[in-house]
Amino acid sequence: MAGSGRIAARFAELRQSGRGGLVTFLTAGDPDPETSWDLLAGLANAGADLIELGMPFSDPMADGPAIQASSLRALKAGMNMVGTLDLVRRFRATDQTTPIVLMGYYNPIYSYGTDRFLADALEAGVDGTIVVDLPPEEDAEFCLPASAAGLDFIRLATPTSDDKRLPKVLKNSSGFVYYVSVAGITGTKSAGQADIAGAVGRLKRHTDLPVAVGFGIKTAAQVGEITKVADAAVVGSALINTVAANLDEGGRAKNGLVQAVLDDVTALAAGLTSIGEAG
Amino acid sequence: MSERLNTYRCGPDADGHFGIHGGRFVAETLMPLVLAVDAAYEAAKADPSFAAELDDLLQNYVGRPSPLYHAKRLTERFGGAKIYLKRDELNHTGAHKINNCLGQILLARRMGKSRIIAETGAGQHGVATATVCALFGLPCVVYMGEADIERQKPNVFRMRLLGAEVRGVSSGTATLKDAMNDAMRDWVANVEDTFYIIGTVAGPHPYPAMVRDFQSVIGIETRNQMMEAEGRLPDTLVACIGGGSNAMGLFHPFLDEDGIDIIGVEAAGLGVETGKHAASITGGRPGVLHGNRTYLLQDDDGQIIDAHSISAGLDYPGIGPEHAWLHDVGRVTYTSVTDAEALSAFQLCAELEGIIPALEPSHALAHVEKIAPSLPKDHLLVMNMCGRGDKDIFSVADALGVEL
Repeated sequence: MAGSGRIAARFAELRQSGRGGLVTFLTAGDPDPETSWDLLAGLANAGADLIELGMPFSDPMADGPAIQASSLRALKAGMNMVGTLDLVRRFRATDQTTPIVLMGYYNPIYSYGTDRFLADALEAGVDGTIVVDLPPEEDAEFCLPASAAGLDFIRLATPTSDDKRLPKVLKNSSGFVYYVSVAGITGTKSAGQADIAGAVGRLKRHTDLPVAVGFGIKTAAQVGEITKVADAAVVGSALINTVAANLDEGGRAKNGLVQAVLDDVTALAAGLTSIGEAG
Repeated sequence: MSERLNTYRCGPDADGHFGIHGGRFVAETLMPLVLAVDAAYEAAKADPSFAAELDDLLQNYVGRPSPLYHAKRLTERFGGAKIYLKRDELNHTGAHKINNCLGQILLARRMGKSRIIAETGAGQHGVATATVCALFGLPCVVYMGEADIERQKPNVFRMRLLGAEVRGVSSGTATLKDAMNDAMRDWVANVEDTFYIIGTVAGPHPYPAMVRDFQSVIGIETRNQMMEAEGRLPDTLVACIGGGSNAMGLFHPFLDEDGIDIIGVEAAGLGVETGKHAASITGGRPGVLHGNRTYLLQDDDGQIIDAHSISAGLDYPGIGPEHAWLHDVGRVTYTSVTDAEALSAFQLCAELEGIIPALEPSHALAHVEKIAPSLPKDHLLVMNMCGRGDKDIFSVADALGVEL
């Protein structure tokens, strides 16, 4: 495998420094390509350890209202797959270490052409992908070619992935495992800490990959609690709500938008604590 | 046309693929449930009591078999093929949708599910789902785009009378595809107790095959009725296609018969060349949405484009994956008919046969009008009259500039 190694290196670093990681999710091109670039350029300094960048899609079936709206804002502002990869390329020109994972749905990748996507994503400096609507049953489509090309394929494990199913879910996963802590869509319910601890423990019995936990995580306190048991916490909708709160009536970015989002990231990062021995 | 296959009725494979189409493109949260539906459906198929209960309901509750009616005045007007209408608009609730809803709710009961959700565009599938939920005393939530709620007020009221909760969907473009997105979001959040009754031959496997099987009663009856009426099988079958469940129900039992022309009619809206249409095969290309790969209306970036049709029931940017495959292998011919052509066929049918058709099968009839005149008089043509037009009188009046 000829992967970038940035994801593995980042988790190794985190483990060494004895703390959990903060993974941020923002949609590429939201609310417009230039503001989106300013956000991306500031995330690592603000405290993001890994960056998930959403590939906007017209029909995000697993996402709640916040991410649906962000996807539509990005598309309306002209974002597309070429533009998304351009953002990553621009980011890599100055940051060689922060991992970038593209997250989204399969149709924009399929439409772009899977081979062409793999080549262009690797060249741009993408480290992995999360494709929500590609379960293990469809591995031949994209997961296996991506892994062969050296792009990590990060799988979602969910409360419905029981012990019988987990090995199948984890089999061709690489990079890390994204534990979806609630059966539901993004940005709505939050799971209880005990449930999350139990689920992460179960995952750890099945895999050596790092585990990041997401869905319903909004506060620094939650980030702190979760990184006691997991390797990283993912925050998406809460940041996107800040984007939405800083738009004018015409949907354009207000002056303080970038700073407001980056301040949120800094506040969330302050919630990171040491990983307990049990992790 | 590709080389002829031994059979066109063997699909899908174990993973739900029809050629490159179909599959199970859903979030991991849903996968265990989708697999459970598949297992439960396989078990139900092997259990004679399941078929017996369904057959009893189809006969005594729905009113099946629906007649195969020789439309003499349309035949005379077109001056060619002998035209038969398969009268599925006479079913309880006024369309073919109930055939599938009964099958699925019986399956939901077998699986011990206590809550039903559905999506609807025109409201026909929503009404059929609300009906079977009333029949079995299960709570029902129907997702419907705000734009469609506005267009189809009588059906919204019908669903509410039947005890269903109609949830307006304002996300995206507030039409059928967005209603389906929100139904899937509900399903993801309520996997434990909820069964999703999908209304057409689309979605993740096993839905396309399962809905096809429940609708195949249309074609099986047609076959028997035509043998009785004419002593032989029909020469041509015509049906309209949105997702394609009525068409698949009529076509599937005939796919392996040599010499039968099978034609699916998509909605060309204002014309395929205008971009304002719902003709996924004629004007789309393969993509992945709502759990399956199929022909989709999409832009160069793979973003789904809104469909347009005067018929809310055909207003969907995709088509069932088995249709996509039947197109690829050349067994079924897919064509399209505009809003204006369908509207004219709607009026013609009402005037000549005393049947007010739904706008959906009016598309099929408009194509029959094009091909029947040049066919010989002994040519047997069956068109699926899959729904009645009461629900459409407001849209039609509006299109004709009549104030009600």
